[in-house]
Amino acid sequence: MIDLQNVTLTFPDGDNRITAIDHVTLRGENGVVTGITGPSGSGKSSILAVAATLIRPDSGGVLIGNGENTVDAAQLSRAEATTLRRERIGIVFQQSNLIPALTVREQVQVMARLGGSSTKARTAAIDARVDELLDAVGLIAHADKRVHQLSGGQRQRAAIARALVHQPEVLLVDEPTSALDQERGAEIMGLIARLTHERDTATLLVTHDLVHRDALDELVTIVDGRRMEPALV
Amino acid sequence: MSRALEWKGILVFVAWRELRFARGRFFLIGSVVALITILVGFLSGLTAGLASQNISSVLQIPGDRIVLQQPDSGTPSFATSTIGGGTVKAWEGADGVTSVTPIGITQSRAALSGTDEPVGIALYGIPTSAPDAQDNPLVQLAPASNDEVGLSKGAADDLGAAVGDTITLAGADYTVASIGADLWYSHTPVVAITPDAWSDVSARTGGTGEATALAVSGDAEWQAVGEKTGTTAETTLSSLTALEAFRSEIGSLGLMIAMLFGISALVVGAFFTVWTMQRSGDIAVLKALGATTGSLVRDSLGQALIVLVAGIGVGIAIVSGVGMLVGSALPFVVNPLTTIAPAAIMAILGLAGAAFALRSVTNADPLTALGSNR
Repeated sequence: MIDLQNVTLTFPDGDNRITAIDHVTLRGENGVVTGITGPSGSGKSSILAVAATLIRPDSGGVLIGNGENTVDAAQLSRAEATTLRRERIGIVFQQSNLIPALTVREQVQVMARLGGSSTKARTAAIDARVDELLDAVGLIAHADKRVHQLSGGQRQRAAIARALVHQPEVLLVDEPTSALDQERGAEIMGLIARLTHERDTATLLVTHDLVHRDALDELVTIVDGRRMEPALV
Repeated sequence: MSRALEWKGILVFVAWRELRFARGRFFLIGSVVALITILVGFLSGLTAGLASQNISSVLQIPGDRIVLQQPDSGTPSFATSTIGGGTVKAWEGADGVTSVTPIGITQSRAALSGTDEPVGIALYGIPTSAPDAQDNPLVQLAPASNDEVGLSKGAADDLGAAVGDTITLAGADYTVASIGADLWYSHTPVVAITPDAWSDVSARTGGTGEATALAVSGDAEWQAVGEKTGTTAETTLSSLTALEAFRSEIGSLGLMIAMLFGISALVVGAFFTVWTMQRSGDIAVLKALGATTGSLVRDSLGQALIVLVAGIGVGIAIVSGVGMLVGSALPFVVNPLTTIAPAAIMAILGLAGAAFALRSVTNADPLTALGSNR
């Protein structure tokens, strides 16, 4: 589960500050795809950045996990946040952001080799799941291809496999269909929904359009940094 | 192999694959490193070879200190030093001095008897009773009789002389008693005669006949005795600066080597700065996924180290191979000091250059991975 509690985030703007997120509270439950939508500049990507621990909010809490394992990501140091991302959060970027030098299999394997206190056992466990994930996203036949040999949809599938291979509790997805046509977009959204349900992951998915609304279990609308109630569908 | 190294954290996952993926770029920078290494290696080997032809005999002068005349102005010089009998006695009588060996050194010409092809030589007047006579290759050249000479290998080769032949030195004939080690002084091969014979030669060629240096052993107040006797007493290494040819040679060649080291660091640093800036997007993504800055720094430095080791390894292999081939034709020395030492310095300076690129790694903002269009 991920639980954003009364989160506010401001940025400097000359002598003033602009408010990107204004006291937003939202929860992403396990096994649920929670969509975050809104117009351009509404603050939905800022919410994702806060949830991903890439930026610390001015105030509010970002609770990740369940029960005793819950941590407030807003209170973590930079190093602790890095560890949290590595071990408990998966991120799918707007563009696939794959590493050109790596094959599809290696793109996924890299999650076991990001440094920190990773043990041999953890590395081996992740490696053991790589082919299973590639199979789940339909890329096992393309495992040895490099990025430039893949279509846009295949690249997003590889990115999804990379985001899930370490079995994160939270999956954060940023505009996953923005570079895809409708058919490929529908496939990717369906895949994210299926894997979220199968793996009981709490998924927050930012999208600017609602063509693939069916893949979302919940929807939150953000306008001018505030959460609209009820969500605009 | 890469998999085993990954576990040990020596070789990082992404770095190795980037090397293979962008092999053309890394081949080019590796080639540049190899070429610079070849230049440094050849200069080092040549410098060592030239130095050997300058100083190899001086390094063998027995004793703790080499005493030279201190001129009224300027620095001591092997070429102009003269040590009179009074100075020798003063050193012999100084507290703490256990042995004093007067040595004469001059440059002259010699020819194999019956030929008219004189060659330049360095003429040492040194007694067989000098310290370390059993182990010292210079003392071993010293003949027992005043009408004999000991030839270094270089002198024997240049003269075309063998043991038992007669050579002519400053108008007198001498029999070759022995041929020994390959010793040189100021680019001329060494010929050794007795101190008395050396005095005669010196006198016949316009010299004073007095020794030019003292080999002194013991534990004396070197500076005080030196000031009292108008001499300087330096260790063997320090006394090398009293050889003008060596000083000027080593200075200019050393400067060239130092500049090549600097160029090497700059080239490697510039390459990895540009390379790291090009991959700053990938670095931001890896940070966003949870990569530690430490692992990314290791990744970058590991990449640089691989390129450096490969380039330097090829360069040193070529230097060693060619050096062994040309060693007989050129004053070229292949030893750890001319191969491993410059290689290690190249690697350290190259890594230092690569370390400049690390700012792009440490400053990469993972937030830029979100919403980036790459």
